[in-house]
Amino acid sequence: MAILITEKTRVIVQGMSGRIGSFHAADMIRYGTNVVGGVTPGKGGETHLELPLFNTVREAVEATGAEASLVFVPPPFAADAIMEAADAGIRTAVCVTDGIPSQDMMRLKRFLKRYPSERKLRLIGPNCAGIISPGKGFMGIMPPHIYMQGRVGIVGRSGTLGYEAASQMQALGIGVSTSVGIGGDPVNGSSFRDILELFESDPETDAVMMIGEIGGPQEAEAAAYARDHMRKPVVAYIAGLSAPKGRKMGHAGAIVSAFGESAQEKVEILAAAGITVAPNPSAMGETMAMVLTQRKVA
Amino acid sequence: MDIHEYQAKEILARFGVPVPRGGLAYSPEQAGYRARELGGNAWVVKAQIHSGGRGAAGGVKLCRSADEVHAFAATLFGKQLVTKQTDAAGKGVYRVWVENASDIAQELYLGFVLDRKSERIMIVASAHGGIEIEDLAESDPDSLRRMTIDPAVGLSEFQARELAFALGLKGGQIAQMVTTLRACYRAYRDLDAVMVEINPLVITGSGDLVALDAKMSFDTNAMFRQSGIAELRDRSQEDPRESTAGDHGLSYVGLDGDIGCIINGAGLAMATMDMIKLAGGEPANFLDIGGGASPERVVRAFRTVLTDSKVSVVLVNIFAGINRCDWVAQGVVQAYQEVGLTIPVIVRLAGTNVEEGKAIIDNSGLPLISADTLAEAAAAAVSARNASVANKAA
Repeated sequence: MAILITEKTRVIVQGMSGRIGSFHAADMIRYGTNVVGGVTPGKGGETHLELPLFNTVREAVEATGAEASLVFVPPPFAADAIMEAADAGIRTAVCVTDGIPSQDMMRLKRFLKRYPSERKLRLIGPNCAGIISPGKGFMGIMPPHIYMQGRVGIVGRSGTLGYEAASQMQALGIGVSTSVGIGGDPVNGSSFRDILELFESDPETDAVMMIGEIGGPQEAEAAAYARDHMRKPVVAYIAGLSAPKGRKMGHAGAIVSAFGESAQEKVEILAAAGITVAPNPSAMGETMAMVLTQRKVA
Repeated sequence: MDIHEYQAKEILARFGVPVPRGGLAYSPEQAGYRARELGGNAWVVKAQIHSGGRGAAGGVKLCRSADEVHAFAATLFGKQLVTKQTDAAGKGVYRVWVENASDIAQELYLGFVLDRKSERIMIVASAHGGIEIEDLAESDPDSLRRMTIDPAVGLSEFQARELAFALGLKGGQIAQMVTTLRACYRAYRDLDAVMVEINPLVITGSGDLVALDAKMSFDTNAMFRQSGIAELRDRSQEDPRESTAGDHGLSYVGLDGDIGCIINGAGLAMATMDMIKLAGGEPANFLDIGGGASPERVVRAFRTVLTDSKVSVVLVNIFAGINRCDWVAQGVVQAYQEVGLTIPVIVRLAGTNVEEGKAIIDNSGLPLISADTLAEAAAAAVSARNASVANKAA
């Protein structure tokens, strides 16, 4: 099972014929991801990476039965490309693009609400590393070899910090069911809570590693969800304990602007909800190992 | 991206917000001239810097004659104004705004921000303005009214009217407030702002609304379609290290410690800084080299970090996905040679092409300190830092 992507998921790439899209699509195909085609307006009918290209997402969906789309479209056009995917019936879109204007994201999120839940698009990202179900497939820009197949889900804002967690877990023999990067933007597609819900109902996931950072209300919202609705254990780490208030730390969303948004406050909120918080970023793996052992003993 | 008060007032006035009459000056003489040109018998002279808290820092004064305007402006030009929102160096004053003094009966607060919870534009307003919103939220939280705006519909008149009545406005003020709110919303939306603040929005003695101060901040990601706003960027108000780094695709934030950091990814960068702190050190900076960093960009990162003379050791931590460890390693070696490094450098590489990268570091013949994990890297950086401080003391 895993979540969001398996070996069967039919994937298209919007912007596949571009330099970056091309490079990562080839990597995904090598890994075994079921990529069925690409979309580049004006190049419909051509082939790229031995796969058909289409002018519109709708044509791609009709011809290939695509369910998921990886969006490698430059910032000015990315929100539009995601709306196109939603309108064509794509169920999961992963957007790697960094630098989408926040008002485009606001309008996009409002647009997605117009579809009934049985055909609504779930957006992952933007400004994220993507999603991977180890041994099955991935959509994004991560180095797939650092993920060992297993039963722990990972969800985080930062790509490289997610790699760090996966590799610490791998060193301790702990594998991953699916790893999801939700991205570092202030307005994003799926929240921590959305992904926790998916992991909670996934029979192949036993526990979740959640990697948050300063800024925004999503970690607190996830803490309340875990406390009230989850049976599976959650281990968390929050980056930015040493970040000064009011300064933007790289990610557009990583800025402390309200109460409950500093790392310290988030750690307190998570701990109060019964979540085990790793004391430092190099202890993410061992904290997960400890929680899994306790679980077995109990 | 921030702009000056006078620019925000000009923009908001264009959308229909009432503002006092005023003029910009680049010299004390021009300030005096502006006062005569505006007429009247009282003027407010305001230093234009990208920071709040100017009044308390001595950057704003009510003057009763054109000569006084001239004299006060002369004390401002070229001065570094330190407010509670700036760092210790403050911000340089190169422009001064002179406007007709307003007769103030009441001060309101009005702000438009991006609310991350509802993912919509939110209006925050209070009948008790004139102090910073953070202080207002502490001292008088019950006075704050909040309202979110549906992006598909925009700010409706009924919403604006509700807010105007909730703030206790009366008679003709209701229509003026509706106009002001809708103007601010349109400016926010049309110009890709991330913040519009009018504090205070005053009710004058004759009962009219006027925006006495204005602040606007814009979404840098939208500058490709806001060329008019992009032109308002004032580099004199930016930390030169941060803006130069930004020009080279690096995200840099200067901090107070002495351990320089070169990292890929914002999350990993923050985590590494946390780890340094836990190991007993203090990071000198946040620096994200971004994805697909070439050796040249790594060299540029070193140059940026080393502009801070406090830096006594540099920690490079790369977990490569779309980056390549071999390119980063080449960059480190190149930086050592080109920049003429004399301080310790700790390098931790992981991910794509890690073996090639480590081989370059190990075979370079340079005194680079290799680390395998994040914890090792932070510990090595702190002990190298302590050793170098001890050396200097001896």
